[in-house]
Amino acid sequence: MAIGRGHLLDLESLSAEEITTILDTTRTFREVIDRDIKKVPTLRGITVVNLFFEPSTRTRISFELAEKRLSADTVNFSKATSSVQKGESLKDTIQNIEAMRTDMVVIRHSSPGAAHYLTQCCNSAVINAGDGSHAHPTQALLDIFTIREKYKRIKDLRVLIVGDIKHSRVARSNIWGLKKLGAQVAICGPSTLLPYEVEKMGVEVFTDIDEALEGVDIVNILRIQLERQDAGFFPTLREYTELYGINMERLKKLNAGFTILHPGPMNRGVEISDEVAEHSDAVILEQVTNGVAVRMSVLYLLMHKEPVSVSEGVEV
Amino acid sequence: MADLIVTGKRVIDTFNDYEGPGTIYMTGDRIEKFEKEYKPDTNGARVIDAGNKIISPGLVDMHVHLREPGREDEETIVTGADAAAAGGFTAVCCMPNTTPVIDTQEVVRFILSRAKEAAVRVFVIGAVTRGQEGKRLSEIGDMWDAGIVAISEDGKSVMNAEMMRNGMEYARMFHIPVISHCEDANLANGGKVNEGYNSTVLGMKGIPSIAEDVIVARDIFISRFTHSPLHIAHISTEASIKLVKEAKEEGLDVTAEATPHHFSLTDDLLKTFDTNLIVNPPIRTTADVEAVKRGLKDGTIDCIVSDHAPHSPEEKDVEFNAAPFGMIGLETTVGLTFTNLVHGNILSEAEVLRKMTVNPSRILNLPYNGFAGDGLADVTIINPDLEWTVEKKKFRSKSKNSPFIGYKLKGKAVCTICKGEVVYEEDI
Amino acid sequence: MAEKKVLKEILDTESVARTIKRMAHEIIERNRGVEDMAVIGIRTRGAILAERIVAAIEEIEKISLPLGLLDITLYRDDVHSRLEQPLVQKTEIIFRVANKVVILVDDVLFTGRTARSALDAIIDFGRPKCIQFAVLVDRGHRELPIRADYVGKNIPTSLDERVVVKMQEEDGSEGVYLEKTVEE
Repeated sequence: MAIGRGHLLDLESLSAEEITTILDTTRTFREVIDRDIKKVPTLRGITVVNLFFEPSTRTRISFELAEKRLSADTVNFSKATSSVQKGESLKDTIQNIEAMRTDMVVIRHSSPGAAHYLTQCCNSAVINAGDGSHAHPTQALLDIFTIREKYKRIKDLRVLIVGDIKHSRVARSNIWGLKKLGAQVAICGPSTLLPYEVEKMGVEVFTDIDEALEGVDIVNILRIQLERQDAGFFPTLREYTELYGINMERLKKLNAGFTILHPGPMNRGVEISDEVAEHSDAVILEQVTNGVAVRMSVLYLLMHKEPVSVSEGVEV
Repeated sequence: MADLIVTGKRVIDTFNDYEGPGTIYMTGDRIEKFEKEYKPDTNGARVIDAGNKIISPGLVDMHVHLREPGREDEETIVTGADAAAAGGFTAVCCMPNTTPVIDTQEVVRFILSRAKEAAVRVFVIGAVTRGQEGKRLSEIGDMWDAGIVAISEDGKSVMNAEMMRNGMEYARMFHIPVISHCEDANLANGGKVNEGYNSTVLGMKGIPSIAEDVIVARDIFISRFTHSPLHIAHISTEASIKLVKEAKEEGLDVTAEATPHHFSLTDDLLKTFDTNLIVNPPIRTTADVEAVKRGLKDGTIDCIVSDHAPHSPEEKDVEFNAAPFGMIGLETTVGLTFTNLVHGNILSEAEVLRKMTVNPSRILNLPYNGFAGDGLADVTIINPDLEWTVEKKKFRSKSKNSPFIGYKLKGKAVCTICKGEVVYEEDI
Repeated sequence: MAEKKVLKEILDTESVARTIKRMAHEIIERNRGVEDMAVIGIRTRGAILAERIVAAIEEIEKISLPLGLLDITLYRDDVHSRLEQPLVQKTEIIFRVANKVVILVDDVLFTGRTARSALDAIIDFGRPKCIQFAVLVDRGHRELPIRADYVGKNIPTSLDERVVVKMQEEDGSEGVYLEKTVEE
């Protein structure tokens, strides 16, 4: 099975079948990471570069563990840059690293399309670990995997994503993935944080959280960032919590057997109350565990050893 | 005895509303005489027989960036003029956002002196404010004395409305228009592409159409209040076009221009993440493209311009957010115009030619008057049916940042004559 | 000249059943009983055989041995040279292998590479007391120093031949065949 033409850039371009293959394969790896020896030799001899141009702890560690548990050699390159900062270009950076014979690249970058751009300037298999507000496919896959493990299906489940949809790559990737597998997706947030014409993505749009929660099976709560307050998208975090914070009272509107997801890191007491975070139906830590399995699955399915190029350094 | 004779069956002289056979006799850099007859057998001088191709007074592109002084690695006045000649233009008007900015007579004189070596005529547009910083007016009178044809803050708007008012009132004394690049910087807020469904899906930072609309409205109000000529640069939204249409109906001295990319491309293309599509104003929706075409057809939009904006490969071959605005256009404007407007049955050949000849000439008071009498010996010959493919390696511009590479177009300038000299020629 | 594939039957349904029974007896005999024993089959047909061996031993000894199913995809040594990754099936070993006598079961022993992968995989689950290897067919042509402890049938083959094992559960019919390509 080949997925995403050799790269994982977003979920929009994957078929339901491809997504299902990744999820099915993830079950195998979930079993591996529950063993005493949480490691298989599958990626022996493969070198994976983790290129992180944005600060990230969770995703980077998750990818690194996934790579190590598949026996790959890993290299980390972290550099917080802004696009205006001068210096070595992204193209030069990747071509230099690839010249050391690496095979796969995991990239996190603030620019949408950065992973797509890498596929044009290097030969490695590229995995998008988040590009601006565009896509974060492995996060969405782990969210969907976690939901599927509990409900044994995705079709016809009602999923609500709450928060800053406008700036969220997690929301976009979840919308595509869930919809392809037949879920009903709704979003809710202050109207200033809902992107233009988002309803055309095939989601129901709410600004009133109490209305939005009615009859929902799964709530995925996005992290709200303080910078958005400073940029004038909403008046204060206090007011945001009042209008959109998920607390015990609000959980009552959900369908029985509901599930709470949060991609982390959480702002307890802001978008999610402490009690909700600790609720027995919150699967936030389960998501983190599944994250490693999903990334092992993706690395395995995209594994690709680059033959040593004979025309090195020659532009063709 | 003429030095150069151009003859053909299809002269379209938009200045004198003539369509028919004709022969143009040029001596030095002037037109000696014009005869309404096709005379391929004339002897003596060099005779260019255009046959069934269109013979037009030289085309004018009133909105280009030549990058000199400052970024000669991207374009120079000479290479930009070569690109213009290859695109069928005999005159270009260069925008002032160079380094240094064109805000003094010295810089104007520098450009005009460099232009003496250029293949085509170069007219200069000065900045509204010093350094385009929006704080103090530049020496508009002094620059006018050196020959500027308009002032503009192109690249951005004069955000302070009072400064814009002063610029327009001041320019009126010299009978030159203010060319307004309309974008509210706060609403645009660092965006890269049109705010719409595509920016939503792709997670790109959007520039809303209202960023253009509010400044178009503001500047029309200022033009009405100050009785000053206003020319709206590269208009791109449906609402802005409506505002200009209403201003014209009211009789205000407001004109507008549009670029080929704003009537040829939509933001649906952004999913390719091609950085050559990043341009300001951004390429917009299908509804906006249709509105630009309607505006061109009903006369709301007076001119077609390239907004030729060269950028080096190291500036454009980067991740999406890091790429600057702008695409080259001098060598694709005629092709895109004929393909999408003439062959697309929006406008006739004469109508599109008006928007590249008589209209920009009158807005900027350029010394063109067509083929009647003692005119400038500037002629463009266009083969409206020539099918060709845009190729990167054929660009004469120093920069190659075009999203149209690989496009198949129909219609092309095949011979350009400026000041009585053939400056560009293909087999005709 | 046209080519044609011919199947020659080596073992029929009954012979397969008899062979499995015989192998079960050998396993019990060699280990003097089935204490601390577990059976692990390599997916797909090795797993079916393992199930049959467990059933045969239970019939004789009245003890049901723990049964594990092993997918060796993640341990293969040829993954890098493939264009597309094979789908991985789940490995199901729910007992502890430490200090067990593990009977590893596969249908055909050929190059020995699958067995090598399986040994690595089992050892990742813990340190068994020993591993013994049972195969229905040994067709020779080893590329690694590996041999089977229990062999249903030795079939001498040439490299251009193929051994086809069919199992009821997977293929809808049962038997062992030798496939040859002949020119017509």
